[in-house]
Amino acid sequence: MSDDKASEKKITRPLPRLNEQDTGAFWAATKDKQFTYQQCEKTGEIIWHPRSHSTGIVDGELATKVSKGEGVIYSFSVVRLSYHPFFKTKAPYVVAYVDLDEGPRFLTNVVGIENPLEDVHIGQRVKIDWEEHEELSIPLVRPIG
Amino acid sequence: MSAQSRDAAIVGIYEYPSRDVEGAVNPLQIKAACAAKALADAGLDWKDVDAIYDASESGPMSGLMISEYFGIKPTVIDTTSVGGSSYEFHAAHALRDIRSGKANVALLTYGSTAHSNALAIGAGGRGGGVSPGDNMETFAGQTLVANYAMVAQRHMHEFGTTSEQLAEISVATRFHAMRNPEAVKAMEDLEFMNIRETTVEDVVSSRMIADPLHLLDCCMISDGGGAVVIASAEVAAACSKKPVWIIGSGESTKYPENGGDLTVSAGAHSAPIAFGEAGVAPSEIDVAMIYDSFSITVLALLEDLGFCGKGEGGPWVSGGKLRFDRPNDGPAINTDGGGLSSNHPGMRGIFLLIEAARQMRGESYSQVEDAKLAVAHGNGGMLGARHSAATIILARD
Repeated sequence: MSDDKASEKKITRPLPRLNEQDTGAFWAATKDKQFTYQQCEKTGEIIWHPRSHSTGIVDGELATKVSKGEGVIYSFSVVRLSYHPFFKTKAPYVVAYVDLDEGPRFLTNVVGIENPLEDVHIGQRVKIDWEEHEELSIPLVRPIG
Repeated sequence: MSAQSRDAAIVGIYEYPSRDVEGAVNPLQIKAACAAKALADAGLDWKDVDAIYDASESGPMSGLMISEYFGIKPTVIDTTSVGGSSYEFHAAHALRDIRSGKANVALLTYGSTAHSNALAIGAGGRGGGVSPGDNMETFAGQTLVANYAMVAQRHMHEFGTTSEQLAEISVATRFHAMRNPEAVKAMEDLEFMNIRETTVEDVVSSRMIADPLHLLDCCMISDGGGAVVIASAEVAAACSKKPVWIIGSGESTKYPENGGDLTVSAGAHSAPIAFGEAGVAPSEIDVAMIYDSFSITVLALLEDLGFCGKGEGGPWVSGGKLRFDRPNDGPAINTDGGGLSSNHPGMRGIFLLIEAARQMRGESYSQVEDAKLAVAHGNGGMLGARHSAATIILARD
């Protein structure tokens, strides 16, 4: 049992770094299952990925917003072959770009499906399904309805 | 034609023949061997080189050490490193530097032992996650193949493109590879199964790697390398081989954006700049060397280069029209056998220049009759995320 636990702990998906200075605040907020994004208060531009400076205009003012966590699949692929120690045990699995209703397009996995080869399509409505880890949560998505 | 630039020309080329060096040589040695052969091809020597271009593929900060290794003293040093398209960027910069009078003889080299090192490029995990973009993405386990597959999936969704249409690209490329003894040897050394001309059915019935891309939609991972020598008109006039003029160049990058169109690459930006400078239209091109990391790469890039409209690539590539012996059906594509079936050690861009130059010289194994104009278009990084593109237009006298 302890052996099993040790090996489970060793092989995990690659987890983000909380100390990466542009994106660390995003990941810190995921511990409370909040998907945050930035919006320029002057132009309304949605900025993704998170960063410490404004784009578009040099004197933009970035505000942090919280997404409701719903969106649509923009594109996807079913990974059949991976040599990564964690993901090779998960194949076939679905990677997807998801357009959140508020604007950010992020890369994630689609979970909560019976058959990854048939149950995912472009335009599908999805919502964030948090995968909990010790210091943060990972925003996966599952189809709605 | 009179408006075409005659400022800089490819005067020397060499492609390393082995795709499986079995640990006998390292990437630097491949680069040096290719440089010497390409210089000899031009009738030049090490001492003539005054500009060096290097993508740092054989180690960081190559600009510090590559001149010493070659034993040269260049006064232009360019280490642009933007993935597999780096060599098209280098050619663009060599044109710029020669045109400005800063350089006379430019040397571009590439060497890799990706196969011998068993690099899991296509289906390995994504890298260290130090950039902010990577820190947002690596958790999802997107392989390189899956990244390109997501472009294909979207292209199919928007335009009705089919796997059979994508397969046409692999089939035409293999057709060319079977005419190239080095490509055939490469496939033998890399232990390809069924080394022969393929059919659309072969491709679509090969193993799915990341939907909708099959095994035969994907490039090989080989060892290899090459070198290109680019010289001023004055130097070119005294070289051994006929000059292949660089008459236009364009560069760009693209990255993921909210609401962005995944089916459009950076090439849509770089190509009009290059064609505009060259003063030629895509319809005039005889040979198109298009970075074929995957079949979908070629399809999307052909559209972005302007050979057909966005979304029209599927019908456009169908019916064997990409072959070298169909000159009335548009340009021949990847006449050396491409990354799909001849040579892809990780960064294929230099081979696009080399085969395009062979075609302009009349030296290809799949020679397009009376070819006068070629395009070499490199795409580096990941087509479905952040990537770079450079377009080079070439002409013979």
